[in-house]
Amino acid sequence: MSFRKLATLAGVVVFGSAGDVCLKRGMTHFGEITLGNWHVLIQAIFTPWVAIGILLLILFFANYLSALSFADLTYVLPATSIGYIGMALLARFFLHEQISPFRWAGILLIAVGVGFIARGPSLTVEASPAANLPVPEPLARGKA
Amino acid sequence: MRHLYTWASILAVVACSTIGDVLISHAMKRVGDVGHVWNHHGTATVIRRMMSNGQLWLGVFFMALGFFSLMFALSWADVSLVAPASASLTFLTNAIAAKFFLRENVDRRRWVAALLVACGVVLIAG
Repeated sequence: MSFRKLATLAGVVVFGSAGDVCLKRGMTHFGEITLGNWHVLIQAIFTPWVAIGILLLILFFANYLSALSFADLTYVLPATSIGYIGMALLARFFLHEQISPFRWAGILLIAVGVGFIARGPSLTVEASPAANLPVPEPLARGKA
Repeated sequence: MRHLYTWASILAVVACSTIGDVLISHAMKRVGDVGHVWNHHGTATVIRRMMSNGQLWLGVFFMALGFFSLMFALSWADVSLVAPASASLTFLTNAIAAKFFLRENVDRRRWVAALLVACGVVLIAG
């Protein structure tokens, strides 16, 4: 897999996790939001943490769309679940939260799952519904 | 009754996210590898292909519906139940939907990966 594609998958992980953290941090200032005080949501959009969170989630979505343009859905989703591990480790080392043995077991399962998927091909070429996919690089070189 | 609402909204989250993911994935395969199209045909082509793709918009609509279902679910149950339950179920339903609707080659390796990640998400959030 090329550097560009790896960077796109990394972008999905990093922007997704960072966006969630920023939104969570921003929204804790507003307490519970119900149908009765929904207008608080609009106020929230203009606060720095929520605004940064939304911006990061837009970048996440752009990377996610780009990733799905070159890799299978069943490749992208497990591969980018490595973000769950990153979040847990960030919580442990930066926020000093305790990680229970159950959580460590969860981290291990996700890591093994990502390892499984990373060793296989990222795209189903022959059965792909798309007709206008670019020719894979090794094939293109072989023909030339 | 509360249980019924909670699980109905979790299932709605799972169904909407799966439909959204499948539609978006199918749409983006039709757009083509964004990096490749960008380099060879320019930014305008990428934007035009994406904007004119109805499936992509429908996918985004379902993703938004999934997000609102999540909000609804969160008003009925704890985030510690709703978030891992919907995320892990979505990994599995996506694998099934990708096999049948996107005709992806979901081999044993991918099934195992989806299952491991789904279990891992439940443990990590628990």
